[in-house]
Amino acid sequence: MPDTPVPPAAAVRIEAEGDRCVVTVGGVWSITAAPPVWLGPPPGATGIALRAADLGRWDSSLPFFLAGVRRACCAAGLPCDDAELPPRLRDLLAQLETVQAGGAPADRTDSLLTAVGLATREVAVQARAILDFVGECALSAVRLARSPRRFRWADCAAEMQQCGAMALPIVSLISFLVGVTLAYTGAIVLRQFGGDIWIADLVGLSMVREMGAVMTAVVLAGRTGAAYAATLGNMKANEEIDALATLGIPPVQFLVLPRLLALAVMMPVLALYANALGILGGLVVAYSLLAIPPTAFWVELLTIVDLSDVASGVIKAAAFGLIVGLAGCLRGLQAERSADGVGRATTSAVVTALLLLVIADALFAVLFNVLGI
Amino acid sequence: MDAPAHLSPGEIPAIAAEALDCGYEGKLVLRDVTFSVAPGEIFFVIGGSGCGKSTLLRHLVGLHEPRRGRVSFHGQPFTATDAAGRRELLRTFGVLFQGGALWSSLTLRENVALPLEEYTPLSRRERGELAALKLAQVGLQGFEDYYPAEISGGMRKRAGLARALALDPAVVFFDEPSAGLDPVTSRSLDDLIRHVRDTFGTTIVVVSHELASIFALADRAVMLAREEQGIIAAGPPAALVDSPDPRVRAFLTRTAPA
Repeated sequence: MPDTPVPPAAAVRIEAEGDRCVVTVGGVWSITAAPPVWLGPPPGATGIALRAADLGRWDSSLPFFLAGVRRACCAAGLPCDDAELPPRLRDLLAQLETVQAGGAPADRTDSLLTAVGLATREVAVQARAILDFVGECALSAVRLARSPRRFRWADCAAEMQQCGAMALPIVSLISFLVGVTLAYTGAIVLRQFGGDIWIADLVGLSMVREMGAVMTAVVLAGRTGAAYAATLGNMKANEEIDALATLGIPPVQFLVLPRLLALAVMMPVLALYANALGILGGLVVAYSLLAIPPTAFWVELLTIVDLSDVASGVIKAAAFGLIVGLAGCLRGLQAERSADGVGRATTSAVVTALLLLVIADALFAVLFNVLGI
Repeated sequence: MDAPAHLSPGEIPAIAAEALDCGYEGKLVLRDVTFSVAPGEIFFVIGGSGCGKSTLLRHLVGLHEPRRGRVSFHGQPFTATDAAGRRELLRTFGVLFQGGALWSSLTLRENVALPLEEYTPLSRRERGELAALKLAQVGLQGFEDYYPAEISGGMRKRAGLARALALDPAVVFFDEPSAGLDPVTSRSLDDLIRHVRDTFGTTIVVVSHELASIFALADRAVMLAREEQGIIAAGPPAALVDSPDPRVRAFLTRTAPA
């Protein structure tokens, strides 16, 4: 097989021609190869002429090199003549010098004060958006209550299946493990006082009043709330939401309310299920670690947990369901029309839901305390 | 005031836009846009990328409120009207979005039947039959129970058109109907648009920069330019080719501006 000829590397020849210096470029110029070294105009030269000879394939590296030569001439106060360069190369060189004269890229970062101001304004804008959205959902719910035939029951049932039954495995695992963790942690303290049996009180009350609803809400914020934001965000990017609007169908009525209702109904059911699994986890630890018989655990549990405790957990779970649904749908409808926008909406839905969940939980704690529940 | 040349004396335009200022998020894109479209006309909004064609369409169909000016359909004001009046007018026009914008969780039949469910007292069976008829009209017989993800881009646009026609609207808007389609599919969609106008007398407004479609379909066109933020030429495409504005000539003859 014949050898493939190796193309000559980029080369620069510097020659004197009368008073001036001629810089001749040749060979193959590639942006990925190291450029030839240029040490500046030779001493005594009164000007520089640029030429090309035996020039092979060249790319942006050549005009870049020549622009550097011209800059050096300019700095030394010498004229630089490019008239003998090929016209295409000359044009590119002129274009490059125009771009270089354009200065550094614009600094688009905000100052600290501007960033703080914008963030503060954003908080107000977001708070208003949430209130507007809640109001719009409430008005749509009232309108639908007057004509329930218009409600999309089939969509609601499908969403219930998705956010309820399909979430059972993850809710089971998390709740059981939360019960186990509570029991282990409680056992450390209670054993010191010989109050092993009160592990049932600790696990039962914690799960029923607090952890069942909160952990289910956290799981559904990551699972269902994020899915709602991604679905609605994608629908917005594909103009499906616009298509609804041009038909006079409010997106809140068509897309949001079925999802909200599904979560508001399924969250309490899941929370009750989580309570049971969490208590089971506590019972297993109590039996295996503290040798408390399951019947004793159950009897002790019934002495402390009453219906008002269960009801408070269920009420919280319904409210948490609405919060997760609202955050997911709001962020989805606010998403920018791009893949990046949908991704941000999904993240934002989870963060918003978690933030609102914590605030709501604190408010419920105060409210139940005031009501003596 | 005399009626514009494309309207008969006393004829009420199907669409009238008067002194519209359009924009988003504090940015003005179009200013003082005025035009009217005669009933049964195929009207194109043309211009280079970023000149505001789609922005104008979104303001015409009520997805954004114009900052100034008004839009009316068949003499009925659309902007600054109450929710009930607007809903009534929304029933009279259909929109085909660039990608079809079919609801992905519904089958084609359910997509077309949804407007019927919202606005008509038809039974579920009747809605299904009418949806199948609309799908057959756009050549999608046999695809009624497919989901949008299971059909091609051209079929999605056809299905989008069937949905836009579900309520037999007086006006149909098309946003870049040829975008992303091969020449043959694009041509068949053009034929379908003409067929809709010829059969039902529907007024058609098309936002496009597809020259073949403009010359094949348009009765009249307006050209927008980013520099002027508004209309720089209006008339039948054949007349616009001889426009005194070199940008219009360059656009319609696909030549680089001098």
